[in-house]
Amino acid sequence: MQTTLDQTKARALRGTIRIESAVKVYGNPQNGVVAVDHCSLECPPGEISMVVGPSGCGKTTLLNAIAGFHSLTSGAIYLDDEMLCGPGKPKADPGSDRIVVFQNGALFPWKTNIENVIFGPVMQGKLAVKEAKDKARTMMAEAGLSGIENDYPGQISSGVRRRVEIVRALMNDPKVLLLDEPYRALDSLTKSVMHESLLETCYRNRITVFFITHDLEEAIFLGDQVVIMTSRPCRTKKLLKIDLPHPRDYSIVTSRRFRELMDETMDAVHEEAMKAFELGEREG
Amino acid sequence: MFALAQLPTMLGTRATARAIIAITLAAVFWEIGSRFGDWTGARLPFIGVVPPPSRVLLVWYNLIGDYGYWQSWYLSFLRVLGGFGAAMVLGIPFGMALALNRTFYQTAFPTFEVLRPIPPLAWVPAAILFWPTQELSIAFITFLGAFYTIVINVVGGARSIDARYIQSANAMGASRWTVFRRVVLPSTLPSIIVGASVGMGVTWEVVVAAEMISGGGSSMGSGTGGGTGGGLGFFIWNSYTGGSYEQIIVGMISIGIAGYISSSAIRALGDRIAPWLKPR
Ligand SMILES: Nc1ncnc2c1ncn2[C@@H]1O[C@H](COP(=O)(O)OP(=O)(O)OP(=O)(O)O)[C@@H](O)[C@H]1O
Ligand SMILES: [Mg+2]
Repeated sequence: MQTTLDQTKARALRGTIRIESAVKVYGNPQNGVVAVDHCSLECPPGEISMVVGPSGCGKTTLLNAIAGFHSLTSGAIYLDDEMLCGPGKPKADPGSDRIVVFQNGALFPWKTNIENVIFGPVMQGKLAVKEAKDKARTMMAEAGLSGIENDYPGQISSGVRRRVEIVRALMNDPKVLLLDEPYRALDSLTKSVMHESLLETCYRNRITVFFITHDLEEAIFLGDQVVIMTSRPCRTKKLLKIDLPHPRDYSIVTSRRFRELMDETMDAVHEEAMKAFELGEREG
Repeated sequence: MFALAQLPTMLGTRATARAIIAITLAAVFWEIGSRFGDWTGARLPFIGVVPPPSRVLLVWYNLIGDYGYWQSWYLSFLRVLGGFGAAMVLGIPFGMALALNRTFYQTAFPTFEVLRPIPPLAWVPAAILFWPTQELSIAFITFLGAFYTIVINVVGGARSIDARYIQSANAMGASRWTVFRRVVLPSTLPSIIVGASVGMGVTWEVVVAAEMISGGGSSMGSGTGGGTGGGLGFFIWNSYTGGSYEQIIVGMISIGIAGYISSSAIRALGDRIAPWLKPR
């Protein structure tokens, strides 16, 4: 028991994301679109950081910079002590230590679910196909995904697809999971199932999660901290530590503390949304 | 007949029944239409000059044992497979290169786009001049018919790959080659299959016309129904010059069946190599 606890602690120490004055300008630096402007933020290891902010404020831009899908104009991003990108290295290399789960899902439709899940470790030569499949079966079973291994992603519901995708991400043993509104298209019932399943996964794997959402209830229910972004250009407006006890289940949604946190978040988000709206009116 | 035998498994019994009823009805109307003149003395326009299906079937029946007739099938199939095969083998890599390499695209695509609108049949005289043998000219023209279609589909498919697939493959440690092999290729596969089935149709159109033009010309030794250089197109042309209208219809229906067999084969192959696309 002791050893597992130590292991958990050791694992929890890895996976700090530190963003330092990140700037991203699309187009040319003089008159391009400033999407992110001197944004600084720290996501503690093994915790879930929920990122909320008005539509088009630059959240995805920030996530893509962490994932290494595009460069930063200036500033730096660190993963633990490693500089992912920064002065002299504007673009991070995509790597299996940071796996992205996309808004519309990116399971390969031409591979069965289990083939999808084993893709990473097999590609990297970490596991042989057989070992990988054994591990995949175990992990899928833990996530309640037995029986769909040999189906194609097109044959399962979008909620189940998203869970398969998270298992695929975890198979890479990443330090960080980057999620860009993964549950946006789901109905609220499915969503609540997803949430409890994600929390359980995180308790089991102690993984750092960077999670973009528009759903404030989701943000507070899942988050260890909620980062509220300003309207474009994106900057950290407010960082709210969520002191709700773990493990959480859906009953806390009705608790007083939850409502208080909700109000606090709502005020900050509403203020920014109004700003974004007025800005839009002026520009339009 | 082989194709009809496949129908039940593909479509279910009700669909098969409908197909058979429709074909039978069409044949009945055709029979009545072409015999109308014999019965009443007033020949119907268009349909009146066409021999009735009963006579066509009789002629067809007599052709079943005819070597020349089957030789025509064989030759046309050979040309279609040759031209189509070459178009796949050259068209897929060419289309991929166009889609994935900007420099190559900028260099080769304008020329390709200028040549593409030229109908394959407009190439017939030039092809006869270019190529040493009649057979090669026909093969070349057949090839052209499928080539453009396949290339355009491959380019379209490979250019519209969802970037997320490539991004997640990259993040999971895939090399450039792996991304090509495991992501670009399979996600282009649906378009390749569409290109192949459309291309197959075009190939049949082109081969028949090319056979009529070149096989029917004076440069050919006068084969009887089949012979060297024949093919179903030539079979039709030969029947026309020989005045056997029943054989013309036999030739036409044969081409219809041949085309149907070919596209069924492509579809079956497509379901095989891209099982995730199969409707549930
Ligand atoms: N490739 C690009 N080129 C130019 N501008 C871009 C590009 N991508 C995004 N933008 C702009 O940058 C801004 C931020 O976009 P981003 O996608 O990061 O916002 P977001 O916060 O994720 O929005 P949403 O909540 O709607 O997903 C937007 O105004 C968008 O129009
Ligand atoms: Mg976004």
